[in-house]
Amino acid sequence: MFSAYLIHLLILIGIYLILAISLQLAVGFTGLLNMGHIAFYAIGAYASALLALNGFPFWVCFFSAGILAMFFGFLLSLPTNKLKGDYLALATMAFSLVVYAVLLNWTELTRGPLGLPGIPKPKFLGFSFSDNLSFLILTAIIGLISFLIIKIITSSQFGKVLEATRDNELLARVLGKNTFKIKTMSLMISAFFAGIAGSLYAHYITFIDPSSFTLLQLVPVLAIVIIGGLASLKGTVIATVILTLLPEPLRFIGFPSSIVGPARQMLYALILILILIYKPKGFYGKIELE
Amino acid sequence: MLKIKNLKKYFGGVKAVNDCSFEIEERKITALIGPNGAGKSTVFNLISGIIKPDEGEILFNGKNISKLNPEKISNLGISRLFQQTMLFNNLTVKENLLLAFDNEDTKFWKNFFGKNKLSNEKLKKIKAMLELIKMENFENKKAKDLSYGQKRLVELIRTIINPHILLMLDEPVAGVNPQIRMEIAEMLKKLKTQGETILLIEHDMNFTLGVSDKIIVMDEGKVIAEGKPEEIKNNPQVLEAYLGD
Repeated sequence: MFSAYLIHLLILIGIYLILAISLQLAVGFTGLLNMGHIAFYAIGAYASALLALNGFPFWVCFFSAGILAMFFGFLLSLPTNKLKGDYLALATMAFSLVVYAVLLNWTELTRGPLGLPGIPKPKFLGFSFSDNLSFLILTAIIGLISFLIIKIITSSQFGKVLEATRDNELLARVLGKNTFKIKTMSLMISAFFAGIAGSLYAHYITFIDPSSFTLLQLVPVLAIVIIGGLASLKGTVIATVILTLLPEPLRFIGFPSSIVGPARQMLYALILILILIYKPKGFYGKIELE
Repeated sequence: MLKIKNLKKYFGGVKAVNDCSFEIEERKITALIGPNGAGKSTVFNLISGIIKPDEGEILFNGKNISKLNPEKISNLGISRLFQQTMLFNNLTVKENLLLAFDNEDTKFWKNFFGKNKLSNEKLKKIKAMLELIKMENFENKKAKDLSYGQKRLVELIRTIINPHILLMLDEPVAGVNPQIRMEIAEMLKKLKTQGETILLIEHDMNFTLGVSDKIIVMDEGKVIAEGKPEEIKNNPQVLEAYLGD
């Protein structure tokens, strides 16, 4: 019983890790305060679920989820490329709200609030990841590959260009860097990984509805990025583990579920406020939040 | 090399640059001087594409660059030092300088597959430039931890490393101590002997007169005089612009 619960938590950590490191790429490394990350997660989840329900194999669903989210990342970057800080945050937040509204109202495709039940568990090369342990292994492998890819990107000279764009975009341009392209690529890569995280989530839970992809769902992911520390992948990993596990004891206190949900959000907000006051760079942050 | 023709830039009712025309020659140091608010930095911003002119042309080696973006202008060969210190604060001195070499670092796949290796040539150049400004031990220090004078020097060598045909330096010695000031003057003279073309804004008259081949004086957005340093020194219009009636 306990081990099943532990496996469940580890799967959630894996999915949140992919979501958080991809947000870290945009926010921490490139300085794009993207509040629309959950929308990419939702796009990935719905794309993968709809394809799977129409008989497509898992790997097609999985990569299509990433590619479609990446395409939406590209579309979002076009009107928002010149925006910075709060303005970018508001514009991307609006994108998130639009995607949520579409999921809720395009009932012919998404079944609206009824959601999509019966999403099949992944099958790959004849092997079915139907039990949680095998799904954990799949999530761990995908999580590790995602981490390594983002690590390679951020450690390369390309990663330094991302950081340069974050620190001083005008200067980067005056040095000849096409920051429009740089920011677009960062958002697209970030969206790709959010999309595949969404795919994993959909195939794990096997049921998705728009309520899983509200703006509120961004709070824990953004909290992980800030608490772990901007531009720190190590901090992101540690914060993902801590923030996924920390609210779990609330389940055992005996509060009704109507209280546990908001209590989790309050806990995240409280930790975030404490971190911003006492450790503005987060655990391992390399830059201060502006 | 660079020709400014009837350039105009208005900010609301303020005529920051008002029908400004001048030309700079290759392999010469040209200084742009004038009282505060004369429009010098605005001209620099117009040349480097940060702002666009309302009217007029900026011809760089015969090509009109007045509508181009800063990155395109940079890639045509104009390297610029800003009046305010501008570094990538969270990157090290070495990382700051590496970004100035070329645009290979913007190629995603090349970098992802590790094909954009740091060449010995680049590393040697960084070392040599840091030795030149006596900052060889600061290579791995973050830019935000440097003093003002050190930042200025790093910016200056970054501007020089950035591939260019024309160097534009906006107040390179403002706020730096006399020792560094002398070193920068020597560096500019050395660059000129190497065939560099430099456009300079500087308020320090001794410095400007000492290094420049030609001086262009601006006031109220237009050119009021130009000539050799000794001609400018005694020009009554220039004295009036600086000292008033």
